[in-house]
Amino acid sequence: MEDKKKFAWLSYIIMGSAQIMKGEYIKGIFLLLVEVLTIIFGIPYFAHGLWGIVTLGETKFHYNEKGIAVFDHSIFLMLQGIISILLILIIIGIYIYNVKDAYKAKEEKKITLRDKIDRNFHYIFMTPGILALLFFILLPIIFTVLIAFTDYSSPYHLPPRNLVNWVGLRNFKELFGLKIWNETLSGVFVWTVTWAILATVTSFFVGLMWALIVNSAGVKIKKLWRTIFIIPYAVPGLISMLIMRLLFSGPGPINDFLEHLGLQRIGWLTDPHIAKITLVLINMWLGAPYFMALMTSILTNIPKDLYESSDIDGATAFQKLRHITLPMVLYSTMPLLISSFAYNFNNFMLIYAVTDGGPVNPNYRYAGHTDILISWIYKMTLNQQQYHMASVVTILIFLMIAPIVAYTFTRSKSFREEDLI
Amino acid sequence: MKETTTPVPEIKFVKPKKKLTPKAIALKVLVYTFLITNTIFILFPILWIIGSSLNPGDSLYSSSMIPKNPTFIHYKELFTKTDYPIWYKNTLKVAFLNMIFSTILTTFNAYVFSRFRFKGRKAGLVTILVLQVFPSFLTLTAIYTLLMQLNLLNTHIGLVLFYSGAQIPANTWLIKGYFDQIPKSLDEAARVDGATNFTTFTRIIMPLAVPIIVFLALTSFIGPWMDFIFQSLVLRTADKKTLAMGLMEMVTGQTNTKFTLFAAGAILVAVPITILYAFLQKYIVEGLSSGAVKS
Repeated sequence: MEDKKKFAWLSYIIMGSAQIMKGEYIKGIFLLLVEVLTIIFGIPYFAHGLWGIVTLGETKFHYNEKGIAVFDHSIFLMLQGIISILLILIIIGIYIYNVKDAYKAKEEKKITLRDKIDRNFHYIFMTPGILALLFFILLPIIFTVLIAFTDYSSPYHLPPRNLVNWVGLRNFKELFGLKIWNETLSGVFVWTVTWAILATVTSFFVGLMWALIVNSAGVKIKKLWRTIFIIPYAVPGLISMLIMRLLFSGPGPINDFLEHLGLQRIGWLTDPHIAKITLVLINMWLGAPYFMALMTSILTNIPKDLYESSDIDGATAFQKLRHITLPMVLYSTMPLLISSFAYNFNNFMLIYAVTDGGPVNPNYRYAGHTDILISWIYKMTLNQQQYHMASVVTILIFLMIAPIVAYTFTRSKSFREEDLI
Repeated sequence: MKETTTPVPEIKFVKPKKKLTPKAIALKVLVYTFLITNTIFILFPILWIIGSSLNPGDSLYSSSMIPKNPTFIHYKELFTKTDYPIWYKNTLKVAFLNMIFSTILTTFNAYVFSRFRFKGRKAGLVTILVLQVFPSFLTLTAIYTLLMQLNLLNTHIGLVLFYSGAQIPANTWLIKGYFDQIPKSLDEAARVDGATNFTTFTRIIMPLAVPIIVFLALTSFIGPWMDFIFQSLVLRTADKKTLAMGLMEMVTGQTNTKFTLFAAGAILVAVPITILYAFLQKYIVEGLSSGAVKS
C-alpha cells in the first residue's frame, strides 16, 4: 500500500494519476478528463471570459476593410465572464478533492458499483438541482447586480452597436440625486408599500369574515357556501385578472349597469385614485378565498373550552372574537401574512394585466400612477431599455424584501428544527 | 310588553334553541343576506364571462350576460379560425414537462437536505434561503441573454429549464419540512433490510409524502398556464405561442373585437383547471397551510 501512496504527489500535476495507480480507474479517468478538457477548452475560454468581464469589450462596432462588421458584445462578454468564474470555482473544487483523495488509502474491501453509488448518493442526487440553481438563479442574479454598476441603457450604450462601460456607483447617485428619478422612486415606493399592506389586510379580513360566518352555528349547508367562496381561488389567476380588466373597463358591463340606474360612468381604471381602489377590490376577490381556506382549518383547531369558559364569564360575541379568535388566528397565520405581504409587494401580474400601471403620470419617469416598483422595473427593462436603472431598483427591492422573508423563515417550522443560527 | 316578559325565562331554561327570539331572526336574516350578496359578487364575473362566450356578436359593447340566442359559434371558431389548438398543445407540453422536472429536482434536493449530513449542508440551506428572496422575475434580461447564448431562445425546453430552476429554492424548503416529519426510524429499518438510499427514497419517503408531492406537482403544472412575462420574452414565433400569450393578446390588442372569442377561450382553460383544483382540494389546503405555525 505504502509504495503506491508515494505517487500521490503526482496528482498535483496530473489529476487522477494517483487514483489510477490505486486501481480506481473510473474515478481516475474522470479526473484526468476534467484536467484535459480544462487545458484544451477551458483555459482559452476562461482567459477570454475574464478579459471580457474586466474590460466589457474594447472593439467598437465598425466594418473592416472586407465590409464585415467587427465588434465586442459587452453583455455577452459579461455573461461569459460570470460563467467562467463559476466554472473555475467548480474546477478548483474538483482539484482539491482530487489531491485529498490521492492521499487516502485504497479501500481494502472490494465493493460493488452499486455500493459505491449508494455511498456517494447524496452528491449524485443533488447534482442536477445544484446545476440548475447555479445557472438559472445564481448566475442571473449576479448578472443583474453587476448591470447596476454599468451604463447599459438605450440609446447610447446598447450592444452590439455600442460598448457598455463600468461606471461604479453613478446610477445609485443619479437615482437618489436627480429630481425626476428621485420623485418617481419615492412616489412609486409609497404606493407599493400602501398597496402591499392594503391588499394583504383586506383579503385577510374578508377571508376571516367568510370563514367565521360560514362556520358559525346557525348557518346551514356549510359545504355549499364554502365551495362557492373558494371558486375564485380555483379559477386561473391570469384569466380572472383579464376578466376584471374587461368588467371595469370604460365601456364594460359595470359602467353599463351604473348607466341603467341613471348614474354616471366611473373611470374605474382611468382615474388615478379610483384605479388604486379598484385594484384593491379586485385583489380582494382574488385573495380572500385563499385566506378563507386557511382560516377554516385554523378555526377548528382553537380549543373549544376557551369559548366555553368565556361563556361562563358572560363574554359577548364580539369580546370572544376580539380576545380569543383573533389572537389565535393571527398567531397561526402571521408567517403567511408576512409572506403574503412580500408577495403583494411584487405582485406584478395583477398590476400588469389589469391597469398596466396606468393612468400615465407625467411627473414620473417611465411609470404610471398604479405602477409598483416591480412593474416599473419591467417597463424600464422591456419598453425603455434602461437596464442599468432597472437593476439598481431591483437591488433596492431585494434589500427591502430580504429582511421580511428572512424573518418569516426564521419563524417557520422547518427552519426552527434546523437551528441554523 | 308585560305579557311577553314573563315567558322568556321559561324559553331560556326549557328549550333554548327551538324558539327564535326576534334578535336571533334578525341575525339570521343578516347572515344569509351577507352570504347571498357575497355569492353574487363572487359569481358575477364568472357568470358574465360564461354568458359572454355564448353571445352571437363579437364585441364587448353588445354582449349581455344572458344572451337571447345563445350560440357555441365562438367555441367552434377558436378551433377553426385561430391558433387556439396550437396554444393549448404548447401550454400542455410546457406545463407537463415543468411538472416532471420541478418535481424531480425539488424532491431530490429536499430528500438529501432532510436525510443526509454532509459538509456544506448548512451553507447550502442558507444559500437557497437567500436566493429565494431575490424575485427570479427581476432577472429577465439575464435569462434572455443566457438563453440566447445557449441557443434556447424560442424553444419550450428553454422555458421549462428556467421554470424548474427558478422554483427550486422556495419549494426545497417546503418539501424538506415535510420530509423532516417522516420518522427516520422508517429509513433505518429499510436500510437494515438492505435497501439502498435510492430505494429508501422511492419506496419509503415518496409514498408517505404523497400529499405534498401532489401539491408541488399541481402548482408547477398550473404555473405555466398563468405566466405571461417569460413566455413572451422567450417564445417568438406563432407555432410556439402559449395560451397565456394568446389570450392576453386577444384582450390587450388594438382591435378589441375578439372579446367573445376570448371569453370562450378563457372558459376552456378555466374549466379543466377548476375541476383539477376541486378534486385535489385536500392536498392544496394541506400544502398552503404547511407554512403556518402549528400549535
